[in-house]
Formats: sequence, C-alpha cells, structure tokens
Amino acid sequence: MSSFKARVFVHLRPSVLDPAGEATRSATKRLGIDGVTQLRIGKAIELEIEAANKDDARSKIELMSDRLLANPVIEDWTLEFKDEQKALKN
Amino acid sequence: MNIGIIVFPGSNCDRDVRWATEGCLGVPTSFLWHETTDLDGYDAIVIPGGFSYGDYLRCGAIARFAPVLNSLISFVDKGGKVLGICNGFQILTELGLLQGALTKNKNLHFICDTANLSIESTKSSWMNNYKKHDSISLPIAHGEGRYQCSPDTLKKLQDDDSVALRYSDNPNGSIYDIAGITNKNGNVLGMMPHPERACDEALGNIDGKLILSTLLS
Repeated sequence: MSSFKARVFVHLRPSVLDPAGEATRSATKRLGIDGVTQLRIGKAIELEIEAANKDDARSKIELMSDRLLANPVIEDWTLEFKDEQKALKN
Repeated sequence: MNIGIIVFPGSNCDRDVRWATEGCLGVPTSFLWHETTDLDGYDAIVIPGGFSYGDYLRCGAIARFAPVLNSLISFVDKGGKVLGICNGFQILTELGLLQGALTKNKNLHFICDTANLSIESTKSSWMNNYKKHDSISLPIAHGEGRYQCSPDTLKKLQDDDSVALRYSDNPNGSIYDIAGITNKNGNVLGMMPHPERACDEALGNIDGKLILSTLLS
C-alpha cells in the first residue's frame, strides 16, 4: 500500500449563480481594485488516502467526489495529486 | 396511524413537528434516532428542519449516509409517506429521493419570514386536502433554500405534476419559484416552508394543518 495526497476542488457549475462570489467581487471594488469581472468561490478538499497504486487511489477519490464531496446537480470537481509519499511498510 | 420523526445530531424542528402531529392533531408520534434501521409500524416519516451534522460540506450531504435513510428508501418504495421540511427537503434531494438541489439564497440572507404560497399540484397524498391554486401562507426560515435543477429536470417535474408548491413572491431565487416538490408517485414531499409552525391557533396561522392532517384521512 502507498499513501497519496490529493486535492479535490469543488466548484459550482457555471450555470449556477454564485451569490457569495458576487458579494466578494463587489468587495474588490471597495478595496480599490477595478476590473475584476468574475469571481466564483469553490471548496478545496485536501486528503490523504492509502491505496494499492495511484490508479486505485484515483478511482476511490473519483467515487467519493461524485457521491460525497460534490453534488453533481449543481457542482463540478477536479482532482489533482500532490507529491507522492514513500511507500508504507506492511 | 403512527408517525416517526427522524432525529439527526443538529435537528431542531423535531419537537415542533411532534407538537403539531401529536399535540395539535392527536396522532401518536415517536422520535427515531438516525442510527435506527427499523421503520416497521410507521405510516409516515417526517424529516424535520435543522442543521443535521452541522450542515458540514453541504446541507444534507452527510445526513444522507445515516443508517436510517437506507431503510427510508425501502419505506418509500413500499408506498410509505415521507415529508421533508427545510433541512429535511435538502436531505431528500441529497439522497436522490427528490430531484434537484438546494443552495444559497440569492440575496445571501438567512430569511425568516412568512411566505405566500400557491398550491401547484394536489397529486401528492400530502396535498390532497387542498385545491389547485389555493393560496396559503407558511413560515420560512432558511439560508439555503434556492431550488436548482436543470431545464430537463424542471420539464420532467412539470410533466409529472410534481411541482407541489410555488412562492407567490420568490424570496430566495428558486428556479420557477419552487417551494416544494414531490416524487413521481407523490408519496414523498419536500418543502422549504414549515407547516408544523402553522398548526396551532395560538401561533396565529393554521395553514399548515391541512398538509399534516392528510395523515388522519
């Protein structure tokens, strides 16, 4: 078994209004920064998982992203692996 | 006739529902802890409002994995009546018993108000004491009640006569002013407004009583 670090980024689908993102965008103007034409807020979920190999880890994370981390009705997600850790002894 | 109310860590309308069903309508009502799996002997199950599991990740996202909800799916398949109110509606969409999803109100406010509603369908066993286009008002109290679904899903809901309740003055940005929907068979109703808070004359509004009184018929 090896341990893998990954980050799943969950964001609202482009067709779904993000009122929190819009409110934050309006604050950029108050900060004095002009020209921010779009700002949308998502969630980054960092996790570590033990799996036989990277493909196994990927399929487990894909399943949890589809079923738990994101709601596919309103959200999309992307997955990236971080530095792969040393193989665990067992 | 027996009603079960599912209680999650963070539910906070469970006792209000019991006051409405048992206190106002006289229907024997019990609380069901979310770890139970036995729903035998119940005619209807209510999933109450609140903040199940702190609404971590998304409203209803963690609650949907509670053991009791596996049993709820078989309960629904056998025709049992289920009512999800507010957080209960969010849980039913996460679970897939109802279509679509609920997300942040358009104006980002937690809205605590009385909403005027129109009865859009009386197909559901929960709604058949009303007539189509009846106007009622019920309390609402939510931060994430904006109903969202794809255009295809909306068309299917309309074709199936599954849009149960619509806001007269949309408070939260819900698509098609949707305040409540049913499943195709009509035995599952999810709604953001709180009928249990409008059953006691002492509270000045009993418009919610007809929804819950279907349990007596």
